[in-house]
Amino acid sequence: MPTTLETRFAYGEALLELGKQRPDVVALDADLYKSTRSVLFRDAFPNRFIDIGISEADMVSTAAGMAASGLMPFVNSFAIFLTGICYIPIRTQICYPGLNVKLVGSSAGLTQGPDGASHQSLEDIALMRGLPNMTVIVPADEVETRQATFAMAEWPGPVYMRLGRYPVPRIYEDNYQFAIGRASVLREPGAAEVALLATGHEVCKALEAADQLARDGVTARVLNFSTIKPLDEAAVLAAAGDVALVVTVEEHSIIGGLGSAVAEVLAALPNHAPLLRLGVRDVFGESALADELLEKHGLQAGGIRDSVLTALREKSPI
Amino acid sequence: MIDEAERRRLERLAVEMRLNIVQMMGPGKSHHFGGSLSAADIMTALYFYKMRFDPRNPTWPERDRFIMSKGHSVPAQYVALAMLGVLDPAELPTLKKMGSRLQGHPAMHETPGIEGCTGALGEGLSYANGMALAGRIQGLDYRVYCLLGDGELQEGQVWEAAMTAARHNLGSVTAFLDWNRLKAMDESNSSKCMDPQPDRWTGFCWAVREIDGHDMQAICDALDWAESIPDQPKIIIANTIKGKGVSFTEDQAAFHNGVMSPEQYELALAELEAQRDALAGKEIA
Repeated sequence: MPTTLETRFAYGEALLELGKQRPDVVALDADLYKSTRSVLFRDAFPNRFIDIGISEADMVSTAAGMAASGLMPFVNSFAIFLTGICYIPIRTQICYPGLNVKLVGSSAGLTQGPDGASHQSLEDIALMRGLPNMTVIVPADEVETRQATFAMAEWPGPVYMRLGRYPVPRIYEDNYQFAIGRASVLREPGAAEVALLATGHEVCKALEAADQLARDGVTARVLNFSTIKPLDEAAVLAAAGDVALVVTVEEHSIIGGLGSAVAEVLAALPNHAPLLRLGVRDVFGESALADELLEKHGLQAGGIRDSVLTALREKSPI
Repeated sequence: MIDEAERRRLERLAVEMRLNIVQMMGPGKSHHFGGSLSAADIMTALYFYKMRFDPRNPTWPERDRFIMSKGHSVPAQYVALAMLGVLDPAELPTLKKMGSRLQGHPAMHETPGIEGCTGALGEGLSYANGMALAGRIQGLDYRVYCLLGDGELQEGQVWEAAMTAARHNLGSVTAFLDWNRLKAMDESNSSKCMDPQPDRWTGFCWAVREIDGHDMQAICDALDWAESIPDQPKIIIANTIKGKGVSFTEDQAAFHNGVMSPEQYELALAELEAQRDALAGKEIA
């Protein structure tokens, strides 16, 4: 078994290191700092950390005021509370003026499993992607999370980073170079029948699915779209150009996430391969283990493989 | 502490501010007359008496900040900034028009002197707290003033922010409540129980003073009082009249966001000019 790590743990350590490098970095949390891992920053820099209590909108607006006064706040909570409760302050006070606030949504997707639908976040990418001036990042492993944390500090303006509570294997070597807005090709068989475009936790699942498909005689190209916005449109076009089927894979609603973003690019082409959007199909989650939920929604490697084979066989993904 | 001459100067400026507000809005168009006029005395005391603010350098890091949490009253702030020379007075009539820097609600990235984006109600006090916390972290001693509307207090986030400010002993935060008792449709009390206000804020561990929000002496005294309390957030609860200064807009929810006819517009100007002349007459006497 390869070593695994939850992306939130990699983030917590990167934020601590960023805090050592940059005195203008401050962090806020809403009574979840042990879960979001901002606890490391809190313990090291108590004077630059605010646990605002259970008041997420207050936290986001407070962070906006701090950013307007020359600091760079990293704002932490569970993804759905951060993006859902705080949508209006994020929109009006941060995105509209383009303030330098970094929003980090933890326990996103289905991975807050047993807590159920109220705590799971299947709509956050859709919410954040629609906001002007917003950048949306969903890292796939610990290496990328770490680099993304530093990259967002260098990136001027609002950023939303989506993290999970699910052990993912390390995908990248230390010499990997993450760049905001650039997708990375993880599997390039040359001629491919299928292109798997994945994000977040589903990148490792897509890689595993590609291995299974290879045993079925189907060659798959695999890309990691760790930036949802701005989307690497050139990478979408390059990956989709020669295949019989394009597949997006995300731990998010199929409405408004990576699948929608890719569909928007492909729809502009006169001819393109059919698009199969894998994700949660416009329903709420429920209490269960994360792995059980991923299985139920067809987002484990086997489920991805099965969906791809069915779509290829039926010549139509819908 | 202000003397008689200073009080009169400020009262004249407040009338000037109301005249400018009515002129920039003009007849025939829907504007937020009510809240802008009710806040004019408070805005005058802040910008012309109390705030540490250099109009030639409106981004000076050590300046005092003002956050218009009830964003619809931003015309009063535009006028204050124009009277100080931060904005060109000739720009005022472009309010809310295509291409103008003077947006219907505050846009900090568009308008010099505007410190934050508000408009969705209830978010400004949290933002003011953030500025105060940033000042503390950076070792700057600026103050942050925030103007709340009483209708806005129906947004729960205001009370989240009140608890945060008290927890962090944000003595650099002073809020005003423009307590004109009207919101967009009718009385604030018609939708939620709004009384008493002072006890609520005391219960949230704020220092509280209640004043007549159109008494310039009282406003300035309250601002001095606020400076004298170092480790506690302050709220100055100002009893005001919505639409203050123009007979037919006073205490009328219809002029929260209303239209003046050309005749009403002329009447409003005449009434305000008469107030200005009366104050000038006192000066001569």
